[in-house]
Amino acid sequence: MATDGLHENETLASLKSEAESLKGKLEEERAKLHDVELHQVAERVEALGQFVMKTRRTLKGHGNKVLCMDWCKDKRRIVSSSQDGKVIVWDSFTTNKEHAVTMPCTWVMACAYAPSGCAIACGGLDNKCSVYPLTFDKNENMAAKKKSVAMHTNYLSACSFTNSDMQILTASGDGTCALWDVESGQLLQSFHGHGADVLCLDLAPSETGNTFVSGGCDKKAMVWDMRSGQCVQAFETHESDINSVRYYPSGDAFASGSDDATCRLYDLRADREVAIYSKESIIFGASSVDFSLSGRLLFAGYNDYTINVWDVLKGSRVSILFGHENRVSTLRVSPDGTAFCSGSWDHTLRTKNYLFVSLQVWA
Amino acid sequence: MAAGPASHGGLRRAQRPHLSKMERMVVSMQDPDQGVKMRSQRLLITVIPHAVTGNDIMEWLIHKYCITEEEALHLGTLLVRHGYLYPLRDPCHLELRLDETPYRFQTPYFWMSTLWPAAELDYAIYLAKKNIRKRGGLFDHEKEHYDQLHRKISHTWDLVVMQAREQLWAAKQRRKGDRLVIACQEQTYWLVNRPPPGVPSVLEQGPERNSCTAGRVQMTKTVDFYRREVECLRKALGRARVKSSVCLEAYLKFSSQRGPHDPIMSGCLPSNPWVTDNDTYWAMNAPSAAVPTRLRVEQWAFSFRELLEDPVGRAHFMDFLSKEFSAENLSFWEACEELRHGGQAQVPALVDAVYQQFLAPGAARWVNIDSRTMERTLVGLGRPHRHVLDDAQLHIYMLMKKDSYPRFLKSDLYKDLLAEAVVPPKTKRRVFPFMRKPRHSSPSPALLPASASREPSGGDGEA
Repeated sequence: MATDGLHENETLASLKSEAESLKGKLEEERAKLHDVELHQVAERVEALGQFVMKTRRTLKGHGNKVLCMDWCKDKRRIVSSSQDGKVIVWDSFTTNKEHAVTMPCTWVMACAYAPSGCAIACGGLDNKCSVYPLTFDKNENMAAKKKSVAMHTNYLSACSFTNSDMQILTASGDGTCALWDVESGQLLQSFHGHGADVLCLDLAPSETGNTFVSGGCDKKAMVWDMRSGQCVQAFETHESDINSVRYYPSGDAFASGSDDATCRLYDLRADREVAIYSKESIIFGASSVDFSLSGRLLFAGYNDYTINVWDVLKGSRVSILFGHENRVSTLRVSPDGTAFCSGSWDHTLRTKNYLFVSLQVWA
Repeated sequence: MAAGPASHGGLRRAQRPHLSKMERMVVSMQDPDQGVKMRSQRLLITVIPHAVTGNDIMEWLIHKYCITEEEALHLGTLLVRHGYLYPLRDPCHLELRLDETPYRFQTPYFWMSTLWPAAELDYAIYLAKKNIRKRGGLFDHEKEHYDQLHRKISHTWDLVVMQAREQLWAAKQRRKGDRLVIACQEQTYWLVNRPPPGVPSVLEQGPERNSCTAGRVQMTKTVDFYRREVECLRKALGRARVKSSVCLEAYLKFSSQRGPHDPIMSGCLPSNPWVTDNDTYWAMNAPSAAVPTRLRVEQWAFSFRELLEDPVGRAHFMDFLSKEFSAENLSFWEACEELRHGGQAQVPALVDAVYQQFLAPGAARWVNIDSRTMERTLVGLGRPHRHVLDDAQLHIYMLMKKDSYPRFLKSDLYKDLLAEAVVPPKTKRRVFPFMRKPRHSSPSPALLPASASREPSGGDGEA
């Protein structure tokens, strides 16, 4: 993309400083309407009782680090992807593996289940997002029906189907997000604005279904209009890479997890950060966050192998779960909120030649 | 595949925030007043000063951060695994033991942020020293590395051996205590940077981030990027904002309303399938369940979006609209959804079909849109694209939301649904809880006949 010529009185330096001063003004404006803190408002709310969640299922079968997982709308199936290129579809209730495909690349960092439950999408170091229709036909090779949909110029970090099987939203290390038509592979819209790798995205549960949020290595979380490709809102309060973003169930806010060891809540109507979930003893980055169905709990997986459960309203940590032996790389609550699944980099050495890696379902 | 992807990233990316935080932590642990209780440790005939035990470390962590024993043990273990603490006895395993095993704080010279990535030459010298000091003193994986390195840098191997001998000789000049400590420090450093097989490496970072900055034109450096940012910021400044108190109150209301519907918070009836292995809950709440549960019917009153998202709710709403002779509104809305989320290739045909059925003068199911929106839409239809009906769709959506929806909630139809809705009884506790119930499998959605799965995901499709 060639740079346009500079206008009179406009230099790179002047634009940069204009941006900085506008950012300062924006923070001032945002502060004007901030009349109370969340934990103050939440003082009236009853504290949560004792919290008990246990591992109910351990899914063993990946031979290497689990990087990403997604739930099927049927509330029990999941798709997971790993470092060695394997993508597996499980019925996690019975722990049976139903499909497995090996991607031609390693580090499959993104995977998603189609809303119909008939296909999965995945991608990683191949810079692409590919869609595999799921088939139970023994004679068909899943890899043969693979459709290459998205093409980026750097690794694929996240992907998600929109409201149907026919469109996919992707985020990439090339600093952009993009919306694709699955059937033709056509680029429908691209989203430019991040100053570094984009690591995560989430679609808004809104009535008009038109926006999504993305987070990146530039420490920014940006909200986009899917139709125009414009950035609608941006937040820059994290101190390090944002690894995960997830909308609050009402769609009026979203949470983010970052390498700075904090999770934060941003309100879209107030247009500002409204809560920070952190503790001095938590010093490793949060890799993945998700809300419980009512939005009262925030589950966050960390690089120190733990899962911390936060009271979203009061800002306190409700529980810490130890169940993994290496960093938790992915965490999603099931569609009906009955459980959440966590995937990690851990492995348990069974015999000298076999390594089994675990995905766990907690309830 | 030892340090793999991290090696060419440069120290910049390796300065992960967690390392500096760990370093601050160990520095404060060594504070003479507020730090961990230190003592001198006797090892055979040598006395090592400034040693701490695992218990001391745990106590300090518990006290300083107000955490439980379990968490303190976990945190302490991480400090050891990252090489910030090392055991003076049996330094082969970097674990935090809660016995009298003495630990010391690693010298900053060997910190992960200082001396990283570990140099191959240094490793060769280290292994050579070990080899010289005691024939057969190398572990299997070390022997492998040693042979590999010997092959790789055979041309400078004499230098390696010479350095090794020099360092061993220099060490002999030191006091026994210092010699022991330095040996432990070095051993710990190599345990972290060249972990034995079976031990996960704490160095692994995953694929390189920000690796493309050199090659890319369209990033931070360009005029376009800043222009876009300035534009975005200007728009953001003009944005209407809502007072925090109003926004935050909304969370309280939302959470308290949804609390009973949140299985993790309030449980679910008859039981949570993951806990009892009984999937009745899913059967009762299936997308097309004949009799919806009470909670489900109640949820239709929370918001219009949630009513539409539920296929059963939507079907009942459609019935209600039919009685009011405005069902075409919902059908139109559904058709617009299909357009927006459908395949690109279907766009022209769908737009035409929608026009014929809902918008054309004299159409069979004509929808009542205000004249301005209708005019705009008709003009847009000249060049059909997936968003050409957005305005019309929004208009009809709002109409239903503000008008039909509230009436639906007050209608007898809805009241009857609430009354007839089922409240499942809680599953009785099994007498023999250790006998596992067989877990029913369920047909994969991918097995459904093609026509059923092709439906635009309708109710459960909305994100």
